[in-house]
Amino acid sequence: MSRIHHSTQPEGRAKLLHGFQAPFPRFLLQPILRRIVRKIAAQNPDMFNRLGPYRQANFVIDPTNLPFALLLRPDPDDLLLVACNRRNLPDHQACISGKFLNLLQLVDCDLDGDALFFSRDLEITGNTEAVVCLRNALDDVDGSIAESVADMFGPAGRGVLGVMRRAGQKNEQ
Amino acid sequence: MNNTTNTAELICPAGTPAALRTAVDAGADAVYCGFQNATNARNFPGLNFTPQEMEKSVAYAHEKGAKVLLAVNTFPPAGKFDLWKQAVTAGAKMGVDAFIVADVGVADYVARTHPDKRLHLSVQAAASSPEAIRYYAREFGVKRVVLPRILTIPEIRDISGQIPCEIETFIFGNHGLMVEGRCSLTNYITGLSTNMDGVCSPAADVEYIRDDAGNMTTRLGDYTIDCYSCDETAGYPTICKGRYRAPHRDDGYYAFEEPISLNLSRMLPDLMGAGVNAFKIEGRQRSRAYVRRVVSAFRKAVDDIRAGGEPEFADLHALTEGQKQTEGAFKSKTWR
Repeated sequence: MSRIHHSTQPEGRAKLLHGFQAPFPRFLLQPILRRIVRKIAAQNPDMFNRLGPYRQANFVIDPTNLPFALLLRPDPDDLLLVACNRRNLPDHQACISGKFLNLLQLVDCDLDGDALFFSRDLEITGNTEAVVCLRNALDDVDGSIAESVADMFGPAGRGVLGVMRRAGQKNEQ
Repeated sequence: MNNTTNTAELICPAGTPAALRTAVDAGADAVYCGFQNATNARNFPGLNFTPQEMEKSVAYAHEKGAKVLLAVNTFPPAGKFDLWKQAVTAGAKMGVDAFIVADVGVADYVARTHPDKRLHLSVQAAASSPEAIRYYAREFGVKRVVLPRILTIPEIRDISGQIPCEIETFIFGNHGLMVEGRCSLTNYITGLSTNMDGVCSPAADVEYIRDDAGNMTTRLGDYTIDCYSCDETAGYPTICKGRYRAPHRDDGYYAFEEPISLNLSRMLPDLMGAGVNAFKIEGRQRSRAYVRRVVSAFRKAVDDIRAGGEPEFADLHALTEGQKQTEGAFKSKTWR
């Protein structure tokens, strides 16, 4: 049986990715996030077609064990991906929340979103149709979005992704 | 039709072109998919194929030796038949290998206009008797029937000996016990029809409400389907899988089905022995991760059986709905 579970006492490198709730200077992240979302959009222009009427929707993506949430607006003409304060979220149409490693494995095409929903490791609130569109748009991207992001940062990026993948696999066991 | 031990095809789902490529690369013998409209029974937002995507996907599958089966398996309402005609015409032009149909009008249209194309009878037609299946084979030249998930293996064997066409059975995914093609629960609540609009529990009408304790209430339109406590696994937001209160029950109970997935991995040899020609994996709405894992697992199991060895079964429990699995009616009519 391989039910996804999450240890409350993570070991080794996985510790780095858990319980990091200290105040975080979000402004340091914003230029990196901007670069990431622009790169992904430029590489996969067709994925926006699957969003239908939700290109201008605001999605909160909340990695619950990180000190910030993300706000995504997948509008090819006005892309937005910024870190935001979980306690004071901007207006949004839908929210997707789960542990960071699970969200990473979703965009890494390594975990199935429905399975995470069944196991209650992924929560959805707000406009369900918008979330379904976003999920289908991201899932039609060939390869791994996580890998594309890692490649942007060269060997260091790929190294970090490798560490996180191993931590994710440990989580699944 | 005949005993087909060791030859069953693996029929795999694809909701997007990337999922189709994943299924083909993972070993699908055939992939089933549909256009982005009401002509197929998974008409979900952001899912399915544009004509251009379908054309490229058919070429990709054929290049790798896999077939593409086009699902045109909903029931056209009066006055709207042209959309189904367009889907059939486009599919034929693109070279799809078969049409999966449920409606007699669509079956007749394909049989008359594209007699060279294979017709498969969708599970949505709910044909479960030799008499019904023979009718479709005789009138429209149906070459394969996808059987409803309500038959035991001895019943399938019995049907196999009485029909002139191939048999396809689901082996993984949705348990699917409602009389398919006849279910009107979604229509009753949302005004949209699973059978004519191709959408069961439209996402626009689904709402998940989480309380401070972590419990989750699932609603479709104005109706509450279920309320999962924080440590309970969840299922799809469909009326048939909800828990309801009734005067004769102390607590909420599953009135129709429950959130659980069909998994017939251990029954593959028996199904082959019963005359099943093709194994179908459900899940066009699922991710590439699901497609890759499930298709790979069943590819290996089917190949092991074909080679005369003991099949090795991967653990797919984590992918099952409600994290529960069953052999359902295939094992016994009294599975609950």
